[in-house]
Amino acid sequence: MNFTVNGKQVTIEALPGEMLSDLLRERLRLTGTKIGCNEAECGACTVLVDGEPVLSCTYPSAKAEGKSILTIEGLAKVSGDALHPLQQAFIEHGAVQCGYCIPGQIMTAYALLQHNPEPDSQEIRRALKDTLCRCAGYPTIERAILDAAQVARRGGRLRGPQVAEAGGSEKVVGKLRPRPDAVEKVTGAAMFTDDLHFPGMLHARVKRAGVPHAIVKRIDTSRARALPGVAAVLTAADIPGEHYHGLVIYDWPSLVGVGERVRYVGDAVAIVAAETRQIATQALELIEVDYELQPVVSNAVQALSPEAPQLHERGNLLKHIKVRKGDVQQGFEQSEIILEHTFHTPSTDHAFLEPECCIARPLLEASGAEKMRMEIYVGSQIPYADREQVARALGWPVERVRVIGQLMGGGFGGKEDIAGQVHAALLANATGRPVKLLFDRHESLVVHPKRHATQIRVKMGARRDGRLVAVETELFGDTGAYASLGEKVLTRATTHSSGPYEMPHAKADCYAMYTNNPPAGAFRGFGVTQSAFAIESMMDMLAHELNLDPVELRRRNALRVGSITNTGQELRESVGLMECIERVDAEMRRLAGGDPFAPRPAPGNPHKVRAWGFAAAYKNTGLGGGAPDKAGAEVELFANGELEVRTSSAELGQGLVTVLQLIVAEEMNVPPSQVRVLVMDTDLTPDGGPTTASRQTFVTGNAARHAAQALREAIATTLAEKYDLPPQQIRFVEGLAQVNGHSIPLGQVVQLMQAEGRQPRAAYEYWAPKTNPLGQGGDMHFAFSFAVQAAEVEVDRRSGEVRVLRVIAANDVGKAINPLGLQGQVEGGVMMGLGNALTEHFIVEEGRIFTDRLARYRIPSITQTPEIISFVVQHPVAAGPYGAKGVGEIVSIPTTPAITNAIYHATGVRIDRLPVDQEQIATALKSGVAGQVGGD
Amino acid sequence: MTIWQHYHLAKSIEDALQALAAAQGPARVIAGGTDLLLDLEQGRHSPVDTLVDVSAIPEMAELEQRADELFIGAAVPLRRVVQSELVGRHAAALQEAAGLIGGPQVRNTATLGGNVGHALPAADGAIALLALGAEAEIASLSGRRRAPMQALYSGPGRSALSHKEEILVGFYLPLRAEGEGSAFRRVMRPQGVAIAILNMGVWVQRRQETIQAARIAIGPAGPIPFRARAAEQLLAGRPYETALLPRVVEAILGEARFRTSPHRSSADYRRHMCGVLLEDTLNAAWERAALQHEMSR
Ligand SMILES: Cc1cc2nc3c(=O)[nH]c(=O)nc-3n(C[C@H](O)[C@H](O)[C@H](O)COP(=O)(O)OP(=O)(O)OC[C@H]3O[C@@H](n4cnc5c(N)ncnc54)[C@H](O)[C@@H]3O)c2cc1C
Ligand code: FES
Ligand code: FES
Repeated sequence: MNFTVNGKQVTIEALPGEMLSDLLRERLRLTGTKIGCNEAECGACTVLVDGEPVLSCTYPSAKAEGKSILTIEGLAKVSGDALHPLQQAFIEHGAVQCGYCIPGQIMTAYALLQHNPEPDSQEIRRALKDTLCRCAGYPTIERAILDAAQVARRGGRLRGPQVAEAGGSEKVVGKLRPRPDAVEKVTGAAMFTDDLHFPGMLHARVKRAGVPHAIVKRIDTSRARALPGVAAVLTAADIPGEHYHGLVIYDWPSLVGVGERVRYVGDAVAIVAAETRQIATQALELIEVDYELQPVVSNAVQALSPEAPQLHERGNLLKHIKVRKGDVQQGFEQSEIILEHTFHTPSTDHAFLEPECCIARPLLEASGAEKMRMEIYVGSQIPYADREQVARALGWPVERVRVIGQLMGGGFGGKEDIAGQVHAALLANATGRPVKLLFDRHESLVVHPKRHATQIRVKMGARRDGRLVAVETELFGDTGAYASLGEKVLTRATTHSSGPYEMPHAKADCYAMYTNNPPAGAFRGFGVTQSAFAIESMMDMLAHELNLDPVELRRRNALRVGSITNTGQELRESVGLMECIERVDAEMRRLAGGDPFAPRPAPGNPHKVRAWGFAAAYKNTGLGGGAPDKAGAEVELFANGELEVRTSSAELGQGLVTVLQLIVAEEMNVPPSQVRVLVMDTDLTPDGGPTTASRQTFVTGNAARHAAQALREAIATTLAEKYDLPPQQIRFVEGLAQVNGHSIPLGQVVQLMQAEGRQPRAAYEYWAPKTNPLGQGGDMHFAFSFAVQAAEVEVDRRSGEVRVLRVIAANDVGKAINPLGLQGQVEGGVMMGLGNALTEHFIVEEGRIFTDRLARYRIPSITQTPEIISFVVQHPVAAGPYGAKGVGEIVSIPTTPAITNAIYHATGVRIDRLPVDQEQIATALKSGVAGQVGGD
Repeated sequence: MTIWQHYHLAKSIEDALQALAAAQGPARVIAGGTDLLLDLEQGRHSPVDTLVDVSAIPEMAELEQRADELFIGAAVPLRRVVQSELVGRHAAALQEAAGLIGGPQVRNTATLGGNVGHALPAADGAIALLALGAEAEIASLSGRRRAPMQALYSGPGRSALSHKEEILVGFYLPLRAEGEGSAFRRVMRPQGVAIAILNMGVWVQRRQETIQAARIAIGPAGPIPFRARAAEQLLAGRPYETALLPRVVEAILGEARFRTSPHRSSADYRRHMCGVLLEDTLNAAWERAALQHEMSR
């Protein structure tokens, strides 16, 4: 068949079963077109066919006959080889985060502009309705398109982003700076793991148990092995090293062997490597496994009952976590009002747009020694932990494994655990060939750890004036089949369960339970998302009972400098909560004009009501709890004057690379474009520790800053010796070292240093301030971020449908090092919180997953995006780089309770179970059981 | 896995029918593939050997006025249905329904033939066609025939067409006359599959303040797209007033079979929303029926 791609004539025969995306990506190697779901849900694979956007993942390649196809790689070409205004606008506005959805966004937007050169916001939203972005900078995407459209119509320059700089005395830190990887991400040149190809590469697939609880009785792989094209089929018996992996506790079997226990449907029983993915898939069906089914433990409360089947040798209780402050019993006796309520939150999925992919590539060492090395290409949040777990499974020393981190299409906590790394390495080791293991969306949904489902009971005692006296919480957290980071996540849920408030008496007990559900682990918010929903709902209920303004109630109890937290930590600095409250409150009252919490009819529709809701939150920065929290970074100067900063910390779209670039540029006083950033390579970059707990800006940022300072000093010393001057007299200005009136380009110093036997680089290992374990009092964390959000909702009183109209957010992040990145985090965080409230529900019934396709697990789209008004509050923390603390999680935490509190104010229906069920609202309103309908 | 072996891009209806008849193994018609390909990939559809693509057949891509009817080819992509001025004028309910299906990318390939062929009782396009009194044209090697919408179904997800012998060519809709109007509404849920919890198409013929005739189509309200005939009869010949609505809803509830779908909707919620949708859809159709419009003869 004949067709054109990006203007070039192509003659090629369509293959049976082949989609256009396969043809483009696999045979024409146009990998700019991405696959997010392969089920016509996400829009990442959008290309233009005869000028119209279509989903190439569900467009048979045979249909391309005679057609003209435009992909992201061709877009710059149609714009005269420069970047198209859309591409330029996405870069400048900061619409590019992880970048995985971006080719689809730009192609869809391009088609829109072809038909409609002057679209308004509504038209943009309609056009992008099904082109999903999980980093969810939807408002920025919209603004970028509007800006690009005016340039495409009239020429001239982009107006650029309307984002405030951080202020302060720094030269580049806190200024607007596009991401260093933005250009490749808007042109389709950016390579994600699945875009890589090695000669002789095999394709792997995993045989999953498909049953939630069973003992494996027999595994027969003989028919699969005999299938032509199959290179290896491995089971537990073939693992040369350790059989279990895990992040804290090694309790997760890489493969479940005969006689062993299957604990969830995603457990692996066999792995296959074959010449093609089709053959590997076919082989899976030829593997026979017999199971002896066991009764299923399907929730955390059931798991604790003595009759429940025990899933691990140590029982079902992963950990009983306790927080104690004062004496709650006494506190309740002193209280003038006591409220108690129980809340439920479901499991949810990260739904990062790039499904897990990993390539293991065996290498014979250059020395010719027999000892093979293994390279692992993977987008991972903790490269050094991957290295360790892969080495364990192979039975090798860690030095023989090199993890080469790849661009990541989102992580959000879901790429901290092992996905396919161990399996790919085992198969590469067995076959001596590179092996790619790609999850499809279905496998991604089934296998990787989720957000913990919880049941949270809160009992709250207060005085009539609203001052909290005692808060008691009891949490059940479902950590699923394996521990993953469950203990850490639920510890955070527990310590934050009385909210960002001070009270003399607090008690929290959390039961972290194993069940036969998919494992639960890290997910943006790290347990605090769940407990914040419970406590912030309770605060509103208390305000209602006391007839107090919900904002005033929070003001009276808010943590401030000098407060003691429920874990006994005195907050000595950097508590911007009050300022967040005031900023949001003022804006909300300005917009609402009257009482924001009174229901108002929606203009023009008698059936719809509107109201605002309010919520606050805090979240630790860093690991805390006594865990050593350190990161290494290295900065090197090159002869061309460029600098490179290196650390293994992970870039998942959140913008760490920009942060590091800005910090090093600031310290060396060079333009940011002169600083390259290399991350996530265990051979080339020092260990940055896990990318979790909103810690990278603080911990790795500090490491980079100190490394840069050390390098600057080394350069100064070299020049000082050469020119015989005190080092303090050497100045660094715009990439030049100024010595006594002479300007020496930094690059020239490289030679000088080398001539003296000095290396033009410096490494630094930064140790964050020490913390104490829970229960010991003192500093459990070295910093906290604070946030307040108000949400305005509109509820249809007949159908119960909820729409979020506006969200006001204030985040105390210490210092906005990278304001453009912060904007993306704020928008994405709000949208993730909105999804958590309204759309997302990972449904598991008796251990079996109902939401095993993206079509069943819905994440927010641009059409659901409210207006987002963001205030940046900066209460610096002394030890943070330039005062900065964590950003990534806090931005998302207050959104859900702000929305559910708003629903209450609009309708009188209290949501105590997520996600919001419109049917429940409609039913309550119809039957008149809603408490406060019509306002109070 | 390889979900088809042979892909035949048919040039004409004749060609497509012959390709279906000549296919060795199981064969299926494919238009946009936005239902079929996913069903095949996810194992909801029995395996096929041959797909016969009808999307490039010129006759099936026509959208035009033919005598006193509007013809919409079964392979016209929904984008064209949404953008068509003819559809807007004569079949507002269909335009609204088609505009709600999928996003722009899906609408560039998805078709009405597929929406009807997939045979879901709550397919948006099918419900609108039913309310508009459409008839389908069906081609087989023995010739052409016309059938009313409900004759195309044999059960939920089961089309009454013979897969290897028949093809939907297109749909004929009566042109809108003075005093007629139609509308489509649906209620969705933000969680889970993007299929309506309940949808409704209404067509009314109005003379001053009286409803002369009405058609009400609802999904899912039974195994196939449902016509609320008792309610239609109740409306016919009566002055339109809100006080009438509870009785109309009662008539619908008496006939329709609303079910509970796990994780989507209870039967009670559907019953409740039936009244809400009726009010909104009937109102919208009624308003449109009053609007002066340019007659197209
Ligand atoms: C993201 C997404 C969102 C969607 N949203 C909606 C929605 O909101 N509402 C809704 O109703 N649907 C929705 N759908 C379903 C689907 O897009 C529609 O039903 C569409 O109209 C199907 O048309 P098609 O041409 O793609 O059908 P195909 O998948 O090509 O065919 C569907 C079935 O019809 C048969 N068929 C197709 N054409 C003919 C013909 N001419 N003659 C005989 N048989 C034929 C096929 O053999 C097959 O059995 C959605 C789908 C996706 C992927
Ligand atoms: S829509 Fe094609 S990959 Fe998601
Ligand atoms: S930038 Fe859109 S998914 Fe990450």
